[in-house]
Amino acid sequence: MPSGLLSTLNIVPILASATGEPYFAYLLLGVMILLAAGFACTPLILSAFLAPKKPGEIKESAFECGLESKGDPWVQFNVQYYLYALAFVIFDIEVIFLYPWAVAFTGLSFGAFLAMGIFILLLAESLIYLWIKGVLTWK
Amino acid sequence: MTTENLSAGMDLDDTTRSELERAGVIVSKVDSLYNWARGGSVWPLTFGLACCAIEMIASATSRFDISRFGSEVFRPSPRQADLMIVSGTVTKKMAPQVVRIYNQMPEPKWVIAMGACAISGGPFKQGYNVLKGIDRYIPVDVYLPGCPPRPEAVLQSLNYLQEKIRTQDIKSDPAFTKGRRQYPVPKFTGKDLEPPYNPQVWQPPANPNVKPLEEATA
Repeated sequence: MPSGLLSTLNIVPILASATGEPYFAYLLLGVMILLAAGFACTPLILSAFLAPKKPGEIKESAFECGLESKGDPWVQFNVQYYLYALAFVIFDIEVIFLYPWAVAFTGLSFGAFLAMGIFILLLAESLIYLWIKGVLTWK
Repeated sequence: MTTENLSAGMDLDDTTRSELERAGVIVSKVDSLYNWARGGSVWPLTFGLACCAIEMIASATSRFDISRFGSEVFRPSPRQADLMIVSGTVTKKMAPQVVRIYNQMPEPKWVIAMGACAISGGPFKQGYNVLKGIDRYIPVDVYLPGCPPRPEAVLQSLNYLQEKIRTQDIKSDPAFTKGRRQYPVPKFTGKDLEPPYNPQVWQPPANPNVKPLEEATA
């Protein structure tokens, strides 16, 4: 432990004996966490005791809005959103691989070019498959 | 002054109080301390209806600076606000929403009716679609006249409200008693509001031109 960091604490006799301990910094951290938690929680607990409680049906409703909420929040989504998300992930990753490949293109061997060509062809095949399956047309 | 006075919890008279203050002792009730603190941190709702809202917004800018009076925290949620500044024309279509939002604010809460429209319908009083005063549905604490009132007037109405808060009796005020409370939300039928007013907070003024029934028949 660097002595300069806690040198001001030497004026307190109890702490002065503790500064030599190997985990003294963690004790300070613990005290700090307790203080922070107390600082955050005390107003919450105090307001729970001091605040006047005057409930009402509208006040207890889930949404704070001038308009009454209508309908059921459990709505069904079109499954095509999911397929679109999958297709997006495939080509998003392709772009991530294409960028470094394009930057280092001139310095790469023919084997690297071939490997990348196969990778792009595989993804192109998946695009064609999606196309044939009709995922790309929104119904 | 005797010690009996203090132990009995009686109010000190003004001369004793000023004597103590000269000696460097401030004597106060917990109530007045509580009210003083509450009055200094009134949080208005971010809520504007018409042109008066522009003046309300201006009162929060650096030129007028409502934060000098502790009310700079315009809350976007009614759950965190205790002051509703009804700033502008309340149309009949909008009135149910205003009352509903007022109901969602925690107690104790206050209302400033800002501008002629919120007080009485103002220049649109004859309009078929304008509510003739928000005080027909919710209790208004400060009426702030003007069309629109200047930001300085908004600050003064806040000062009046703070004065009112400082004299509020915590023991008897219904906001502090136990139990449920809700102001009925009117329904907009497409033509008018149903009911036309909340009889608990507003009654139509007596018409001096109409004599009571007994006098008319006599």
